[in-house]
Amino acid sequence: MNLAQEAGLVAGKDLRIEARSRVTVQQILPFGLVVLLLFAFALDPDRGVLRRVAPGLFWVTVLLAALLAVSRSSSVEAENGARDGLRLSGLDPAAIFLGKAAAIAVELLVLEALLAAGVAILFDVSLGSIGVLLLTAVLATAGIAATGTLYGVLVASSGARETLVPVLLLPVVSPVLLGATRAWEAAIDGVPSDAWAWVGVLAIFAVLYTAIGTLAFGPLLEEA
Amino acid sequence: MTLLKPSVGKALGWASLGALVVLALFGLWGAPPDRVQSDAQRLMYLHVPAAWIAYLAFIVTAVGSALWLWKRTRSPVWDRVAGASAELGVLFTGLTLLLGSLWGRPVWGVWWAWDARLVTTAVLFFLYLGYLALRRVPGTPEARARRSAIAALIAFADVPIVHFSVTWWRTLHQKATVFDPELKAHIHGVMAFTLWWGVLAFTLLYVYLLDRRYRLECLEEGFEERELQRAIDERVSGAPNDPRVEVGAAR
Repeated sequence: MNLAQEAGLVAGKDLRIEARSRVTVQQILPFGLVVLLLFAFALDPDRGVLRRVAPGLFWVTVLLAALLAVSRSSSVEAENGARDGLRLSGLDPAAIFLGKAAAIAVELLVLEALLAAGVAILFDVSLGSIGVLLLTAVLATAGIAATGTLYGVLVASSGARETLVPVLLLPVVSPVLLGATRAWEAAIDGVPSDAWAWVGVLAIFAVLYTAIGTLAFGPLLEEA
Repeated sequence: MTLLKPSVGKALGWASLGALVVLALFGLWGAPPDRVQSDAQRLMYLHVPAAWIAYLAFIVTAVGSALWLWKRTRSPVWDRVAGASAELGVLFTGLTLLLGSLWGRPVWGVWWAWDARLVTTAVLFFLYLGYLALRRVPGTPEARARRSAIAALIAFADVPIVHFSVTWWRTLHQKATVFDPELKAHIHGVMAFTLWWGVLAFTLLYVYLLDRRYRLECLEEGFEERELQRAIDERVSGAPNDPRVEVGAAR
């Protein structure tokens, strides 16, 4: 089996668990929608503030939801000694990392699609330049999933509480929030050419942390 | 047990204290007041060196972590250096933000501005605060060193991305007016000297504190080992398993 096939196995496993337990759809998605509602309470919807800052609010919501997805992804391995099974499976640790990150990315992309619909309806935003929006979302999600998976195993392997994940993850992904928000603003404002520079930042971030993850996951999993 | 010879460490301590006293004299009285900012500018003699040490400390942490991860140079020394330096880095980053804020109030009229450097420094502060939180999680020395080293490199790889994206973000909207490089060229001789002296004094202080923190780390590790050994001995000798019983009393 090659790396991609092994990664596919791990991703398939995580997504199958997800499809059966429905945590993403029944818990994380409602959480995201409630956050959108709370933003409307905090910022008066009548003054057009919401529409102007919608991209930022959307990506903050995605980051908060990602924290839940990451902790869910590592708690799945904590039960019934699943992590030992994963270690003994003989799968390449790099493939395990890529598989788990891909599963988180798929879950987040589904969430983002539904949350974007929520933003469009609740905040009265018309989503133009779908291509740029999609590309931005895919790259940003890849970066979030890679760093999230990495910190998930880092924290799980140390036996630390999950409260440690947000304080580690959020500062690191702050450039993703910045880049994705600016790119979405540009796309929604009808100047998609402004978005490309930010798309580049997101791409560099995603590639860098995917590379670090594939290298570092083995040693981290070893001691978990 | 120590990075430096004890005599060297002690001498360094006195040297940094002396350098700081000289810095205080020059910073408060020796250097003339700034034409525009008057006395508020004197905070720069602390702010700039603190920022310099913060960056230096994080670079040392990254190098120490890389040296630990590289099998040929792996040694607990590098882990302790990385941890000690990160603590000093967070301390000096906090100090940089605090001093900058105190300076910004009279000069800019605000405690905080969304300037690229300020935002980058704040993100840096939280990045390494997380790293320190991770270091405090107990574990075997080997496991702790490995995950700390990896976390340090993850954080360090983020610094240029944060820096460029934030700079880009802020300069897209507004031109940097405060940190105009042209203004820096007209710096008075005594002022320049005081600034460089401050950098020297803080660097001495950093090396001294790094050495002390390293020694403390060694002592903590030794203490943990001794406590563990004591608990094992107690259990083996069949002493009652009650932490309230003093070892001396059992004898």
